[in-house]
Amino acid sequence: MIQGIPIYHFLVVSTVMFFIGVCGFIIRRNLITMLMCIELILNSVNINFVVFNRYLYPDQLQGHFFTLFIVGIAAAEVSVAIALIINIYRRFSNIEVEKINELKF
Amino acid sequence: MTLNVFMFYLLSATILVFSVLTVTSRKILRAAVYLLFVLIGTAGLYFLLNYEFLAAVQLAIYAGGIVILIIFSILLTSHISHKFKHPALANFVMGAFVALLGSGIVLYTLFNHPFQRVGESGKVTDMNMIGNQLMSLDKNGYVLPFELISILLLAAMVAAIIIAKKGNHKTEES
Repeated sequence: MIQGIPIYHFLVVSTVMFFIGVCGFIIRRNLITMLMCIELILNSVNINFVVFNRYLYPDQLQGHFFTLFIVGIAAAEVSVAIALIINIYRRFSNIEVEKINELKF
Repeated sequence: MTLNVFMFYLLSATILVFSVLTVTSRKILRAAVYLLFVLIGTAGLYFLLNYEFLAAVQLAIYAGGIVILIIFSILLTSHISHKFKHPALANFVMGAFVALLGSGIVLYTLFNHPFQRVGESGKVTDMNMIGNQLMSLDKNGYVLPFELISILLLAAMVAAIIIAKKGNHKTEES
């Protein structure tokens, strides 16, 4: 708990960051940029977990561990996603989602 | 205004400005670097909340690992000087609408909810506590997710190598 900062300010930051990520996921048309927006979303959820743990349940560690596991899962997700993106690039020579419109050929 | 409060507002402003820039930047490498600043700002927030281990993990895995991976894949798949077209107007309006509506609803719910603290504060989370609880089999132990995530990471590593391996299919020139 930090003196002088209410919990709402943290939650406003993480909420705005989450919806910036959602907005970017909708308007961008590049696979890597969409991946970066997913990272933004995961990161804002992590801030939420940590802040709830520190402000509401300061004698436990649940939010801390959830954040730890989310970071690990994000690493796994990014590695697989980038492997897929590189494979798609090898077949189609670009990674714009509008131009990748055939599933099997 | 104490130093903590000042640092909190500085870090939040950094995070919000750079996340907007990540989404709106038209050069993809710059977007990746802005994302790096967002992640470092988040690590700063964790330091501010006294979770040093979590901040170190955030810096090492997110800022050190994931951003580097993303930058590598950008260099493999895009031209540096390539600039994106502006997004279509319908897309832009739709995205902004969803974001504004969603954040409005969530913020309204948030400010109407009285948060109350359970449990006393003043406990310092040190490394001993984290390690013991992570590996314990008791009520609040996390040994099962810990082992599961190790298997998940192994599976992801094998899958990434197999998917990105060259020569498991004929390369079509298109």
